[in-house]
Amino acid sequence: MCRIGSIKSRTPMHPSVALRLMLPQQEGHDNSGFAMVMQDLAGAFGHYKHKPLLSLACTRKGLKLANAFMEERGFVQLAEWMPELKRRPGLRMATMPCYVYRNYDYPELYKEKPLQEREDLLLDTRLELRRLLEEGNNGYVYSFWPDVLTLKEIGDPLDIAECFRLWDDDGQLMARNIVTQCRQNTNYAIVRYAAHPFFIQGYTLCANGENTFYTKNTECQRSLHRGYIGFESDSQNFLYTLHYVLHELKWPIKYYKHVITPLPFIEADQRADRRELYLIRESLAHLEINGPNTVIGLLPEGQMFTCCDSKKLRPVVVGGDGNTVCITSEVCGLNEILPNRDPAADIYPNEREMVVIDNDMAVQRWKQ
Amino acid sequence: MEAVKTQDVSVNDLPWKIAYRHDLCTMCGSCVAACTFGAIEASMARRSIVVSRRSFPEPEQKHVARPVIRQRSTIPNACVGCGMCEKICPNGAIAPVRNPDGRFPLLARSSGPIKRGGRTNLNTQRTLDAIVVGRISQMTDPSLDSERHTFDIRSPFGRIMLAKDLPLKVEGDNLVQAERTPPVHWIYPAIFSDMSIGALSLRAWEAIALATAYLNEHCGMPVRMCSGEGGMPIKLLESEQLKYVILQIASGHFGWNRIIKAMPRMKADPGGVLIKIGQGAKPGDGGLLPAAKVAPHIQSIRGVPKATLASPPNHQGLYSIEESVQKMHLSLNAAFGFRVPVAIKCAASATSVSVYNNLLRDPYRICGGFFIDGIQGGTGAANEVSLDHTGHPVVSKLRDCYLAAVAQGLQGQIPLWAGGGIGMTGNAAADAFKMLCLGANGVIIGKIVIQLLGCIGNERGRCNACSTGKCPTGICTQDPRLLKRLDVDRGAQRLVDYMLAFDSEMRKLLAPVGNSSLPVGRSDALVATDKAVADKLGIQYAC
Repeated sequence: MCRIGSIKSRTPMHPSVALRLMLPQQEGHDNSGFAMVMQDLAGAFGHYKHKPLLSLACTRKGLKLANAFMEERGFVQLAEWMPELKRRPGLRMATMPCYVYRNYDYPELYKEKPLQEREDLLLDTRLELRRLLEEGNNGYVYSFWPDVLTLKEIGDPLDIAECFRLWDDDGQLMARNIVTQCRQNTNYAIVRYAAHPFFIQGYTLCANGENTFYTKNTECQRSLHRGYIGFESDSQNFLYTLHYVLHELKWPIKYYKHVITPLPFIEADQRADRRELYLIRESLAHLEINGPNTVIGLLPEGQMFTCCDSKKLRPVVVGGDGNTVCITSEVCGLNEILPNRDPAADIYPNEREMVVIDNDMAVQRWKQ
Repeated sequence: MEAVKTQDVSVNDLPWKIAYRHDLCTMCGSCVAACTFGAIEASMARRSIVVSRRSFPEPEQKHVARPVIRQRSTIPNACVGCGMCEKICPNGAIAPVRNPDGRFPLLARSSGPIKRGGRTNLNTQRTLDAIVVGRISQMTDPSLDSERHTFDIRSPFGRIMLAKDLPLKVEGDNLVQAERTPPVHWIYPAIFSDMSIGALSLRAWEAIALATAYLNEHCGMPVRMCSGEGGMPIKLLESEQLKYVILQIASGHFGWNRIIKAMPRMKADPGGVLIKIGQGAKPGDGGLLPAAKVAPHIQSIRGVPKATLASPPNHQGLYSIEESVQKMHLSLNAAFGFRVPVAIKCAASATSVSVYNNLLRDPYRICGGFFIDGIQGGTGAANEVSLDHTGHPVVSKLRDCYLAAVAQGLQGQIPLWAGGGIGMTGNAAADAFKMLCLGANGVIIGKIVIQLLGCIGNERGRCNACSTGKCPTGICTQDPRLLKRLDVDRGAQRLVDYMLAFDSEMRKLLAPVGNSSLPVGRSDALVATDKAVADKLGIQYAC
């Protein structure tokens, strides 16, 4: 089972905070990888917040392919950060030859286009680049979106941190939102794409537990949206449902909870909004989840949220100190990074609850 | 040497032979009175017996005439193996025995095709028994507790819309329904199949209705029964309990005159309407009610004289799926103010996917369910050639339809209900669960319902005499003397008890796969122990 975590702060944080959050929880994960998505960046990428940032791990050939592809599509490179890897012998991790983080400017044609078209361009570009790199096993493209950086690698998180120099806070790699986990999450094949968090069009999500409705979720999602691909992990379903409910259907966030864990009929019947709840359950029955899961999500505008399965088979805790709020699987992680918070104010969301943290650090919680 | 008339029909030509122990028989006559088929008679036989008439043993052999029970060896009176003689005999002196050497199929066609009721006795393969629920929650995720957790065992009946087409508008943080949507009822995932008053005795039909109402009102299980094509008693049409009944309309429209006349006085909407296009037991045939069963009350409900009632093979005036949608679906939806789901039932066929595709693409979005009935379904009367040699197994066809919908992103839009052989071995919950995992929203059960009332028919040629009007259990007859054999209350109670066990068994299947709501389409929960079955259904093979 994974341990998952996310941190939201008024002041930009370095990934070492995420590592400190996760390492005390290592009894609960298998140290098979480290992954994080950073959003609302500062440091090296702080000047290019509105320019799409490509997060890529690839071979040298893959880099050439990517360069040619992006150029051909009319994207103009603005900035680049390539981590200076410390590849000492004995590191328990699998590295790729190149890790590339680049800001691009939009193609000339798209600079004045509506937001929707630019969002679609970024998605389609990522999907095409992914296909291009997959053909010769030349690399992985994790995200291509403004103000979002993704790092994923297979191996021991401590070694990955050492290799990427994630303990050295030089002020370059900073963000106000970080979503992370320390397991190359999958019960199946070891594939980089299977590692949480997952990302699509501004939506980031990580989850733990087995998705017992993986097959029916996947069969449904394949035809819902061209961006719903991969399915290397059974937790990608949670992200795609989040994206579909919020981005495609444009429903308020609370309906995400209603879609994935509908109220039992006996409870829905007592509700004033039962007609709507029934309609949602009927139409999106194949997006329901019914296993043991906790979800942590990060929305395009920066709100962070969590909710869990309908029986609270996977718990989570939320705590904060006014400047920083953190959601994570085990309270020991919270104690590590926020030792001075008031633990009595920690929230242990129940099976029908959703907790949303706004950009002003206000924590909202409501029952489904 | 005496000439043997080899072409005479003898007992050994019949499918069942009576095993008779004259030494145990007291000639009480109960067996003869109980046999509705006249298969046995009291007779005299010359017997060679040893007697001793003195006060001391003095055995002597005598030839004497003794009364006996004898099996009649005529085709119309052939024993059907129902076993009523055995059931009633106080001494265990008589019982039917299957005769593997019978020549019945050759001899019984002398007056035309063989007609009978029941089910196929030929295509009885059990695909569902080659499938097991093999994906058990073991450490990757927890199993649930079938006694402690809440389970949502409900299925949709009605046309479901795609989420993107729902008339929901955002008001603040809420979604509000802005327009009407097609009616959808969430009901129990097992429907008591469409057996009409006529095919069934009124008492048998009553027992099912009684059980249905009890399950709804006292057990919290929203089970629906389908009326079958034959109307309903006026009192029930005008009662609140109509909401538990799905009214069937088939090509003969039997009973609909009364239904339409009762509409202004209906206190509740019916649970649904089911348009029967075909049935799995005799695809391509219409309903058939032999004159022998058209009793006065049947004539009254259906508004017909005493005659064999043959529904046409097609709905007259419907020439295509599009027309069916526009004419029947729309008019029946309109009849009940678009408040009642209208579904369609077809015999499983090589063409089922085409039908389902057409319904899915129908622009009116008006079909509220696709019922597929496989070759193992039952019937009150049919030609044996239809029963045994036409039709299509339902398991793979259900799967084909589900996957066709998946390929178009339309799964769940028209709920799939499958029947025909569900519960053949008595394990309806296991069958239903597997069908759900393969993509069904629910199942329809028929034969097992009447078996619970007391029907003794089976897939191995036992009884299957539903068409004769001589049903020995009082279930498929209108003969007032035979009706008395059926205890309505006991029948209903047995059906209720079975459904309660069904519900518990559903939980016992849901719990180990870690699910609290129905795993519709969760094919990963199944493994097949037969490679061909696994390949065809797209599930894992395990050995």
